[in-house]
Amino acid sequence: MDVIFWSRIQFAMTAAYHWLFVPLTLGLAFVMAVMETLYVVKKDEFWKKTAQFWMKIFAVNFAVGIATGIILEFEFGTNWSNYSWFVGDMFGAPLAIEGILAFFMEATFFAVMFFGWEKVSQRFHLVSTWLTGIGATISAYWILVANGWMQNPVGTVFNPDTVRSEMATAQAFWEVVTNPVAVSKFFHSVTSGWVTGGVFVVGVSCWFLLQKRQQKFARKSILIGSIVGLVGSVAVMLSGDSSGVHAAEFQPMKLAAAEGLEDGGRRAAFTIVPGVKIPGMLSILATHDIDGFVPGINDILKGYTDNEGNVVPSVSEKMQRGRTALDALATYRAKKDTDPEAAAAARAVLEKNVQYMGYGHLEKPEDVIPPVGVVFWAFRLMIGLGMLMMLELLVIGFLAWKDRLGDKKWLFVLAIACIPLVYICGQAGWIVAEVGRQPWTIQGLLPVNVAISSLSAGAVKTTFFLFLAIFTLFLIIEIRIMLGAIKKGPQTPNE
Amino acid sequence: MSYTFLQNYWWFLISLLGGLLVFLMFVQGANLHLGNRSLSDLQKRMILNSTGRKWELTFTTLVTFGGAFFASFPLFYSTSFGGAYWVWVLILISFVFQAVSYEFQNKNENLIGIQPFRVFLMINGLLAPLLIGTAVGTFFTGSPFTVNRAAIADAAAPVISTWDSPWHGLEALGQFHAVLLGCALMFLTAILGALYLINNIEDETIIRAMRRSIRVAVIPFLFFFLGWLTILLMRPGFAVDAEGTVYMEAGKYLNNLLQMPVVLILFLVGVVLVLAGILPSGYGQARKGIWLSGIGTVMTVMAVFFIAGYNGTAYYPSTTDLQSSLTIRNSSSSPFTLQVMFWVSLLIPFVVAYIAYAWRQMDKKRITPDEIDKTEHKY
Repeated sequence: MDVIFWSRIQFAMTAAYHWLFVPLTLGLAFVMAVMETLYVVKKDEFWKKTAQFWMKIFAVNFAVGIATGIILEFEFGTNWSNYSWFVGDMFGAPLAIEGILAFFMEATFFAVMFFGWEKVSQRFHLVSTWLTGIGATISAYWILVANGWMQNPVGTVFNPDTVRSEMATAQAFWEVVTNPVAVSKFFHSVTSGWVTGGVFVVGVSCWFLLQKRQQKFARKSILIGSIVGLVGSVAVMLSGDSSGVHAAEFQPMKLAAAEGLEDGGRRAAFTIVPGVKIPGMLSILATHDIDGFVPGINDILKGYTDNEGNVVPSVSEKMQRGRTALDALATYRAKKDTDPEAAAAARAVLEKNVQYMGYGHLEKPEDVIPPVGVVFWAFRLMIGLGMLMMLELLVIGFLAWKDRLGDKKWLFVLAIACIPLVYICGQAGWIVAEVGRQPWTIQGLLPVNVAISSLSAGAVKTTFFLFLAIFTLFLIIEIRIMLGAIKKGPQTPNE
Repeated sequence: MSYTFLQNYWWFLISLLGGLLVFLMFVQGANLHLGNRSLSDLQKRMILNSTGRKWELTFTTLVTFGGAFFASFPLFYSTSFGGAYWVWVLILISFVFQAVSYEFQNKNENLIGIQPFRVFLMINGLLAPLLIGTAVGTFFTGSPFTVNRAAIADAAAPVISTWDSPWHGLEALGQFHAVLLGCALMFLTAILGALYLINNIEDETIIRAMRRSIRVAVIPFLFFFLGWLTILLMRPGFAVDAEGTVYMEAGKYLNNLLQMPVVLILFLVGVVLVLAGILPSGYGQARKGIWLSGIGTVMTVMAVFFIAGYNGTAYYPSTTDLQSSLTIRNSSSSPFTLQVMFWVSLLIPFVVAYIAYAWRQMDKKRITPDEIDKTEHKY
């Protein structure tokens, strides 16, 4: 195993752990805020105690989310040194803006929310609770702008003097911020957090119902949790649809891998599980047109003509042109001070081929194929579990709304079982998004093998196991603390 | 806006964030006092809850400092973080443990009890200022690295910034001059922490203990700081000419101070303010010394960053290949990126304003033993 492997696995592990803590905070933030608003509007102490119970759970997750988040941010530098120079000009800005606009908001108002009950006015406290959630959401926006740019690098131009991708114009930043991939990623990720929050609140409340404790607290929480979760579910579905269209447009290989599609075509079928297909469905999903052409893995390798009539070259041709670009870059840099004419000629060659420069770093055409099995099954897991979550929230929400939850033990048990499933669903989603774009850190521009730092495999292997041990310890303690808080229950009257 | 202006502006903001970070590391410094044997468990818990309401600000400032450095001077990010790997990993791990220690330590389910988490907070209190200070110290001593932009076209070794020491950052701990700054910072944050607690907590024993700690810490602080300063002003520095060629200049950092009188004044006023906050608190009955010393710290740190980066100076010099040294000209982002972020940075006063408002609201009343005893909402 080389340093590329360990750097990737370390980043993946950190991101996966981070995404265990973050989605719940994104969803719970709004559940708590709605509850506290009810407290302020209805002046009913019950809602205050209810909100405070969920805040305790929020706080534990928030702390570990922060701890894993800082590692992620700095790993861009520590483990992806070339990456942070090559695209720092594009990628750094959203990250810095995230810090300035979102993190301070979260940090400041979280402290008010958690400690301020007896210190600040009721109104300022309520505003702080909302701002904590809004801060978390803004933070998600900027980091997903950064991630979206890696999937669809818009508004950038390669500068051979600095050897990096730079902001093309002052207006290009607007393209980065409104990158369609980033926008749908934002809605998809944040609202999936609402689903997580909803399923979590419903599941925990059902545990109280099973225990015949805190019936009022549980029923009211179920109602709010399922509403937040259902709104989230619908938004996840809609943004998931546009994510599919974007994948088809900007990352066709990811889509082909997710579908296990060897050979594409028009009226392409959607595979539910191997052997069960819906004819034409994939074309509809990917292009919103039953006659749309969806390229398969082999089409991408061999080259094809896309739906707009553009000819997409084969991977080997892209690789050849990429190598031409890299050679021209080397010539340009060697000659630019001594032989301006040769340098200008090399620069012209570079500019003609620069869009494929990333391919010049690949060894063989097959390198562009991500691990198909992983992506294929993660995709199915995500969609299947996502639909199950929606169904669960719909049924329980409806029964809670009609006050017909009664004593349906099987349903309560099911709701509790959904809690781990919603986490698996979220992890599967990120596996599709991130494993599906291999080998690229920046789609088409920079493959993982040249994005790394100059470190030994042993060094990164050591930190991988170190971080793994630390995060696992944190996770175990976190779960134990949450279970403890749940067992203790809210301070609402036990009715 | 010219490219040069934008680069200078962003170095100014990095310096400001650096200054604020060091000031806010009073959280780390205050946590060191959790080891004070004259304090009872309740008193330690008061300290914990006092810093517990501020640690996220320090943490966020660190994260934003990193993010802003990444966005404005990405070559530093890729060179230092990817090269001085072990130093940054150690710093990060100490902060990661700090982040969870508040939330975890007084919970029965935490597996390892209260004490280890307090120890984690104290390790963070020692390591964070020591290592961050030493890392900043290398701005003047240099680090072993090479930057070769052509490398990206080299399939066998495509990494642009390579570190030339197998210790990957730990070798900085062998740089006497840099370590002096680390030690100075460690004692300074311990003092700032004590000053903060004196202002934030209503408890005679704690206040007395903190005044005593200040008196103990101020001597080594001055020793390390003045030692570092003396060597700094005497050592040759890494200068860079208009063409971007880096060369050694005798007395460079002294020259920087003399050639930039504003920086000299900033530095001197900063140092005086730090002392003006410390002395009446350590030897008198002052309660609000944290503000004077805090502002003084921000000013002094900014002046140190200005000496490192302005006036034709390479702020991250290379000892193995002089021309690889990073300057604010050769390591910055493109003009367009710096310009976009310039506009965003105009929101900073608004951010500072709401932080100040929330801080005032939360700290109107000092923390009392009674509050910690009775309230449900505490660490």
